[in-house]
Amino acid sequence: MVETVKQAAASAQGAPYLRIANVVKKFGDTTAVDGVDLDIRKNEIFALLGSSGCGKSTLLRMLAGMERPTSGKIILDGEDITALAPYDRPINMMFQSYALFPHMSVADNIAFGLKQDKMPKGEIDARVAEMLDLVQMRKYANRKPYQLSGGQQQRVALARSLAKRPKLLLLDEPLGALDKKLRQQTQLELVNTLEQVGVTCIMVTHDQEEAMTMATRIGIMSEGQLLQIGSPAEIYDYPNCRFTAEFIGDTNMFAGPVVVDEPDSVEIDSPELGSRIHIDHGITGPKGMQVWASIRPEDVHLDVVPQPAGPNVARGEVHDIAYLGSFSVYHVKLASGKVVKSMVAANHWHENSITPPTWGDTVYVSWRPDMPVVLTR
Amino acid sequence: MNMSRLLRKLKPGKGAVIAVPYFWLLLFFLVPFFIVLKISFAEQDLAIPPFTSLLQVEDGVLQSLTLYFGNFHFIFTDGLYAATYLSSLKVAFFTTVMCLLLGYPIAYAIARADPARRNVLLMLVMLPFWTSFLLRVYAWMGLLNETGLINNFLMSIGLISEPLHLFHNDFSLYLVMVYAYLPFMILPLFSHLVKMDMRLLEAAADLGAGPIKAFLTITLPLSKNGIIAGSMMVFIPAVGEFVIPELVGGTDTLMIGKVLWNEFFDNNNWPMASAVAIIMVLMLIVPIALLHRYETRELEGKGNA
Repeated sequence: MVETVKQAAASAQGAPYLRIANVVKKFGDTTAVDGVDLDIRKNEIFALLGSSGCGKSTLLRMLAGMERPTSGKIILDGEDITALAPYDRPINMMFQSYALFPHMSVADNIAFGLKQDKMPKGEIDARVAEMLDLVQMRKYANRKPYQLSGGQQQRVALARSLAKRPKLLLLDEPLGALDKKLRQQTQLELVNTLEQVGVTCIMVTHDQEEAMTMATRIGIMSEGQLLQIGSPAEIYDYPNCRFTAEFIGDTNMFAGPVVVDEPDSVEIDSPELGSRIHIDHGITGPKGMQVWASIRPEDVHLDVVPQPAGPNVARGEVHDIAYLGSFSVYHVKLASGKVVKSMVAANHWHENSITPPTWGDTVYVSWRPDMPVVLTR
Repeated sequence: MNMSRLLRKLKPGKGAVIAVPYFWLLLFFLVPFFIVLKISFAEQDLAIPPFTSLLQVEDGVLQSLTLYFGNFHFIFTDGLYAATYLSSLKVAFFTTVMCLLLGYPIAYAIARADPARRNVLLMLVMLPFWTSFLLRVYAWMGLLNETGLINNFLMSIGLISEPLHLFHNDFSLYLVMVYAYLPFMILPLFSHLVKMDMRLLEAAADLGAGPIKAFLTITLPLSKNGIIAGSMMVFIPAVGEFVIPELVGGTDTLMIGKVLWNEFFDNNNWPMASAVAIIMVLMLIVPIALLHRYETRELEGKGNA
């Protein structure tokens, strides 16, 4: 009771449930994690997203206690856990490819952590049954891990990591070992289970779709640093750097200097585009500064009739068409050799009674001035 | 896809590959075994070879088949043989236990050493095999003798005035037995420990098990097959060991290998020696069958271990 009141007070003050403060991890000369600051709220599902070797797994291992930070602090629910051994932390992890104990049954795997806490046998049995129900694996309680399919193993691993009711649950590439079809189905199933239990969760993944589907917030990691933190929509719509823009979704990137810098608009000279990019929301940057404009393929219009020359317009020819069912992605090669991708809905041409352009046809790409996102790094 | 097609193509050759070791076992294990079995049912005779024939054949017609059970009867009634078998089993058992207690930490340390150093350590375990077994036993004699290196050294530094009795007793027997059989324990244990998935220990720690608890609940059960394999590799040959008890064991050490030698060479009693050997083989078939069962069980299933 006292505990819940204290926790409620803490969350009312807006104090984070988990605070990762300036954590650095060096292996010899290489810096795997380079000064990460991150606050996690209670009951949040947070995804650390990045390509392999970006330091996300090392950060997760430091949270689990398998690695000790070179410097920095990790504070969970008001307690400094930086130096605690893994077996003393109120944190459990679902391992990549699960690490289920091969010599124990499903029930014994789930009971393992509870037995370490010297929980009475009756309570262990009740908790194991509860966990088996949670992941719908009751029928398989006496099976050995090697007798289970990949999806079933994943559910046992989840049950095992939730059995001790950890304050923080860590998921290391939770669905990486499953095939694509099963993965999509399991993503939502996993989120439902986590929300049902109400656990604070940090997951590590290299799969942006997985992160976007499951997480309430995403942190993009590259070379040991957290580049951007935000909701999936924030990160997609307002990337703060080229890495994020290119890593999440697909984009067209144009580099060039700022040539016009008005309070409410900027223009960027893009040699690749062969014209200027006009953006009707200002950035603060000196004239001549090198910046990048990112325009998502779905924001690029494709026209077959000539468009008046000007900013945000370029002429090219259709280089490639990727037909993806409900839409197609046209790869348009500009005079500079730059390929611009434009996503066109399948019914677009038909509704406007236009013959769809095909390979080698001359087309015009353009976008609204509010579409490009200007990036300075 | 390509791999499975390749395997299917190889299938006719598979039988031939398996046939070679089976033929080898048939020729050099099963055939000699039946020869020994035959001799064990014969009587000692003053002839060449020194035993009676089981079959009486006249004019191409089998006249009689004589199976003489006297050898087995003697073994089962004379208490000395039972005591010798028991003593052999006891020596083999304690040798196995000591090899396990000593070999497990060594195998564990080698398996956990970094891969660059691991091969050097393994090489050190196998290095003694490069010298003749007999030579190594003689080396121990030179060390343990009353005038051997150890006693000479201890006396020269004045630590003892009388030579220690290190030789021709149980101490020297077990010392050299464990020395000789230790690699057979370490190697199978190592091969099991080294392929253990280290993330299982991380998972155990993550779930609250300290290092000792994790060892007892994860590492030890998962190396069970290695323990069984190593123990069998030591126990089975140790039961029939002759050279070590003969050269460094006490004069009162009863070992079945010594009895075999005595019957065969000293008493020239081939049938008796054969009967002793047959009973020893039958005694060992039980642990061998156990070993075989565990090995096959390990080969089947357990794809993820």
